[in-house]
Amino acid sequence: MAVCIAVIAKENYPLYIRSVPVQNELKFHYTVHTSLDVVEEKISAVGKAMADQRELYLGLLYPTEDYKVYPSHMIIVYYTPVCMFFILIENILLYRHTRYGYVTNSKVKFVIVADSSNTSLRDNEIRSMFRKLHNSFTDVMCNPFYNPGDTIQSKAFDSMVSAMMVQAS
Amino acid sequence: MENKPIVTCAGDQSLFTSLYTSLAQQLPKEPMEWRRSYGRAPKMIHLEANFVQFKEELLPKDGNRALLTFPFLHIYWTDCCDTEMYKVSVKDGMLRWQSTLRLHGSVDWLIVVVESEAKKKNKTNILPRTSIVDKIRNDFCNKQSDRCVVLSDPLKESSRSQDSWNSFLTKLRTLLLMSFTKNLGRFEDDMRTLREKRTEPGWSFCDYFMVQEELAFVFEMLQQFEDALVQYDELDALFTQYVLNFGAGDGANWLGSFCATVKRWSGLLLRRPIDMEKRELIQRGEASLLDLRSYLFSRQCTLLIFLQRPWEVTQRALELLHNCVQELRLLEVSVVQGALDCWVFLSCLEVLHRIEGCCDRAQLEANCSHTVGLWTYATEKLKSLGYLCGLVAEKGPTSEDLNRTVDLLAGLGEERPETVNSLQSPYKKLNEALSSVEAFEKHYLELSHAAMEMYRAIGRMRSSRLIGKSLAEFYMKKGDPERAEGFLDDSLRSYVAEGWSLQVTHTRKQMAECQKLLQQTEDYLQTSALLAGDANLTEEERKHFYQVILTFASQAPTVALSMAAFAQLRQMQFSPPGAVVHVGAALQLELRVRCLMPVAVQVEQLAATLHFSLEQGGARGRAGGTQRRTGQGPQGQGDGVVLFPQGSPLAGAGMGASLPPALELYEMQDRSPSDSSLNSTGVVCKNMHLLLRRHDSSASLDTPTAGALPAAVAVDDGAQMLRARDITLQPGDNSILFTAPTGEPGSYTLRQLCGSVGRVQFVQSHIYPVVQYEVYSQEPQLTIEPLSDNLLAGIPQKVKFTIATGHYSVKKGDALQLSNTDSMPILHSSCCSATILSSTGELVGERALSVQSSEKVTSISLPPTPPYHTLEFQLEVLCHIPPTPFKPDIERLTNGEVRHRPKNHSQADSGMIHIDQKVSIDCPWSIYSTLISLTFYVPFKAKHSILSAGKRKYIQVCLQNVSDTNFHLADPVLTELTDRAHTSSLTRSLTHLFGSSFPQTVCSQQSVFCLWEMRWVKHLPLCLQCAFSASFAPVSASDAHTAFKPYRYEFQLDRVSTLYSLKAEILPSSGDQHCRTGALCGLEVSITRQAEPSETEGEEEESTEIEGLRTTKLMYEVVDNSSNWAVCGKSSGVVSMPVAASATHRVQMEVMPLFAGHLPFPDIKVFKYLPHSAVPAIQPDTDSCLENDTMSLLDKGLDDQGDTASIRSRGSIHSVGSGEQQRGLPMPRLEPFSPGQVFYWSQGRQVLVLPVTDDHVMEVNVT
Repeated sequence: MAVCIAVIAKENYPLYIRSVPVQNELKFHYTVHTSLDVVEEKISAVGKAMADQRELYLGLLYPTEDYKVYPSHMIIVYYTPVCMFFILIENILLYRHTRYGYVTNSKVKFVIVADSSNTSLRDNEIRSMFRKLHNSFTDVMCNPFYNPGDTIQSKAFDSMVSAMMVQAS
Repeated sequence: MENKPIVTCAGDQSLFTSLYTSLAQQLPKEPMEWRRSYGRAPKMIHLEANFVQFKEELLPKDGNRALLTFPFLHIYWTDCCDTEMYKVSVKDGMLRWQSTLRLHGSVDWLIVVVESEAKKKNKTNILPRTSIVDKIRNDFCNKQSDRCVVLSDPLKESSRSQDSWNSFLTKLRTLLLMSFTKNLGRFEDDMRTLREKRTEPGWSFCDYFMVQEELAFVFEMLQQFEDALVQYDELDALFTQYVLNFGAGDGANWLGSFCATVKRWSGLLLRRPIDMEKRELIQRGEASLLDLRSYLFSRQCTLLIFLQRPWEVTQRALELLHNCVQELRLLEVSVVQGALDCWVFLSCLEVLHRIEGCCDRAQLEANCSHTVGLWTYATEKLKSLGYLCGLVAEKGPTSEDLNRTVDLLAGLGEERPETVNSLQSPYKKLNEALSSVEAFEKHYLELSHAAMEMYRAIGRMRSSRLIGKSLAEFYMKKGDPERAEGFLDDSLRSYVAEGWSLQVTHTRKQMAECQKLLQQTEDYLQTSALLAGDANLTEEERKHFYQVILTFASQAPTVALSMAAFAQLRQMQFSPPGAVVHVGAALQLELRVRCLMPVAVQVEQLAATLHFSLEQGGARGRAGGTQRRTGQGPQGQGDGVVLFPQGSPLAGAGMGASLPPALELYEMQDRSPSDSSLNSTGVVCKNMHLLLRRHDSSASLDTPTAGALPAAVAVDDGAQMLRARDITLQPGDNSILFTAPTGEPGSYTLRQLCGSVGRVQFVQSHIYPVVQYEVYSQEPQLTIEPLSDNLLAGIPQKVKFTIATGHYSVKKGDALQLSNTDSMPILHSSCCSATILSSTGELVGERALSVQSSEKVTSISLPPTPPYHTLEFQLEVLCHIPPTPFKPDIERLTNGEVRHRPKNHSQADSGMIHIDQKVSIDCPWSIYSTLISLTFYVPFKAKHSILSAGKRKYIQVCLQNVSDTNFHLADPVLTELTDRAHTSSLTRSLTHLFGSSFPQTVCSQQSVFCLWEMRWVKHLPLCLQCAFSASFAPVSASDAHTAFKPYRYEFQLDRVSTLYSLKAEILPSSGDQHCRTGALCGLEVSITRQAEPSETEGEEEESTEIEGLRTTKLMYEVVDNSSNWAVCGKSSGVVSMPVAASATHRVQMEVMPLFAGHLPFPDIKVFKYLPHSAVPAIQPDTDSCLENDTMSLLDKGLDDQGDTASIRSRGSIHSVGSGEQQRGLPMPRLEPFSPGQVFYWSQGRQVLVLPVTDDHVMEVNVT
């Protein structure tokens, strides 16, 4: 189903990126990175309207044809413009005090690259994948030991992503 | 293309011909609403028709479903107006026509009868006009009378003819539409049936394709492009589904023809509305997949352009191209390598050309985002073709490459006739590009730049850079690194800025190669260093790049590289941790460095330059030890550890820059300068300016913040540096120890870190956070502090001498000279020793201390002590309690001044008297004496009072322990202080009266009372000076006897002898045995003179000589403060007492008890009454103090026995107003007697008062 899943921070650096054929990782990185162009374009084009609708799904946006290893990938981007409240409970066990939370308009992006030869993939399947990804990501953010902005190193998140990729093959 | 629905015309051809022009003109003029089956929305359409002569061949035979040639309506024209003629010829013609139609099942017909006035007039024997029409209707239109229409005078311009035209046209349109609906509906049904059969073996997609396309054509004919497009889209989807099913293993037979090897890849052809060539191929079932797709798309494209949706064409084109490539792979169609690339390339350009053909330039530019995908795709394909055909290789194409090129070109076929004449046709472009290396380069660059420009124009910088990067790869292949560099650098910057490490690594590798070719040694080395430390690379690659550095290190001239690639600073740790040392002290700095190199590195020298600044104030303050660095200090960590922030290695510099810095919080305490009590405390954020700065909400890509290469580093040669030589840095964390120079006092800041490997230097130009240490120089200091909280006077106390040597080194023979004072001798103790502590508080040694005392000075010889050490020793001192001055409780002297007691003053809270003792010390390091003040507290407070019993006198001394220490008290003695002869006027004390024995323990805050009786021989002296002395020792003292120290309290007693005794008696009213409330009682006061006046006393007493009798005036006053008594009549008066022993004066007064019970006697007071003449005139401005002491008698009358008082139950009340009236007058004065001079016999007596017998009857009625 998915051959590459990426979570990209507001500043456009990857928080998490994983692809199934490991030997072709670089290509996926390039692909995901380039797709950010289109993501930004869509975000700025639709901007507010999208936030109002709470429609996070940007749809299929960047089809490419690759004739070398993996025929073709469609890249679907999920975008989270909703305000997320990250309460930074840093080192709660060590200091036992809560720092103030702050509100960030977290423009975290999710990108799923799917193998387009797998044509059975439906739009709502992709949507549900994104929902799962979003939920899992929220769990990561809620971890008091996770520092927003760090790369994600979570077993739970990892296994969830693996599950989505295994589903594919 | 002039496809119009066919309408046949039968009957009178000449008549029709005459009407044809206007008919063809008028028919499409007005739109008609077309209601459609299957719930499709109704549409307004303009109908057109192709009128042809009726022939039987035109009628479709069974099974022929061609819609384009299908006659939708049949019209029979006649202008017959003659019944005969009708019967003879016209009717037969109509009948034949009808039967032919019926034979073919066509029911869409219309008979038009044209009437003209001219014709009518010619014939005289005409039937009524309607009859012909009626006949026709009768004959043919059984139930459909509307199938016959009359058109009157069509060629005339009259309203009647216009009306008939209109109704005719409406009829015509309606019937046409009806026919459409019916026939198309039937057609669609057939088509659906055919589609349903698709699972049957003989079914062919091509056949079905033709059928549905027929429908599309009809829609197109009707200008219903939307509907036509839907037909094609349905075909497209159906085909796609078949291909997918084939991929899933469910193959259909007819697909076989599409799986044939692709022989032609001539690209899309969009210039014709219908590509008949391909259509025929499809019809014959010989089309390849590409043919079918091309045809389908060309039709869709045509329709979309009709619909004015060119941008959808580009989007669909891209999808189509991707899809075709995908499908060919899925169907496992064998394709010559590169053929698809050719096809895609040609198709992309064809689409672009087509779009350019129908849009103007501005539109094109505004819609770059739609076309740029095709441009990029074409670029990619051309590139891969170039690589395939050996056009990119430096040597040019080989013969194999040329063969391949020829094969590819062959597959293109001949150029289409449409484009032969255009210079820029895709076909020509591809031909040219593949023909030579130069032409390829030209075309490739042209395409690449066009795509990049477009991407840049629409702000897709990343895509643009990606193309740039592939251009760079191309240039590198061509051996042109100069041009490649710019593109690589651009991409690298953006990747670094956005923190995509894999891309960074990959691009950097290319960069390294490029720089190597360009001979940019320094940059190449820097890149190599970065790559050698790159975790994304394999061990071998990293070693390779490391080797590059080593090779350069041994030969090249000195090169300075950034430290960041080589190693990361982790932390620095000072030892001692405070990072504040005195001059010359050892200070070590441990640096933890993470080496990023793959193998161990031999570093010849690692040096950190120091910036030295002379800092005066801070060092001194810190050296004093009083002002600890509050909070965390500049190092950020209390224990002298400096941690360097680590940007995530993955994200690199870009991420580090974009994340907000961590809060740097410091604790702040504000202490008041005088007593170092805490005024306020708080938390300060030091990097607020960084945190509160506005952040851009999105990182801009246009200006990458961090360069791919760090800015050139300059090595600065500071005068002083930390150095470590010949270190081997292992991969990973290393620890390096530096010894910091501490020669000069001041503050040292680490500026630059530089590691040298051969000729290569790795430089970190700034160390952040700031690392600094301080070196101070300190003056020697002497402090003396008490060991306990308070020093107590009177007993030996220990004080601690602390000498902070500072820069002074105490030599042998140095001594402290203490000037002695009598009040505070320094006690000798033989076992005196001093401890020497180092600056960090470690015990260095313990030396004996010799104390020599002469009359004037005490000299303490100090043991030799090195500089910056602390010398501590203790000495015992004793502060004598000064004798208590006289009457400390009466502070007013006769002159009215408040008496000041020098040195001693009471402490406000505890009541302890303290003594400030100054000690002057000469120190060996200074020519000036140091004056140090010690405060001692007197542990006791004494009070005396005199008590009388008739003539007998007692002295009571109360001694209170006000200190916190418990004491033993012994030997209390009271002595009279007289230097004259009559010493024994006082006798022994009566302390044993209480049964307590001394020594006695007096705890803190406890008091001891001692009582003595006074006895005298002759006269009691007017003034008696006494001294109380006792000895005391702290309870904790080991040797009780030696520890006892004397305490002495001196006081003076004045006028102690009893002059008068006062006796009061309350007598019940006559006849009563007891006093009763409310009844007046008599109060008899008798005042008796007790003693003869002594000579000295007489002077004091104001006496007057009247007839040889000396009398003094006394004033008495009865005051009842407890409201028990009401004094009736006068309550006060003045009596003259003769100055003789036992002279008695009685005064009778009446008082009334107000309550029953045992009532205490009212107070009776006696004052000396000094008449005004005896007193110097009282100044009107005398202060109020005096008025308080001497009671004004204004309201009591001035005569001796003045009966001024009425019933007075309270004390006298001064009237201020009257007082002011009398101010100026001389007034008599009252003076109280001193305690003991008047003895009150009736003090404390009580009298029984009975309540009044109640005579009242209380009536109680009970009902």
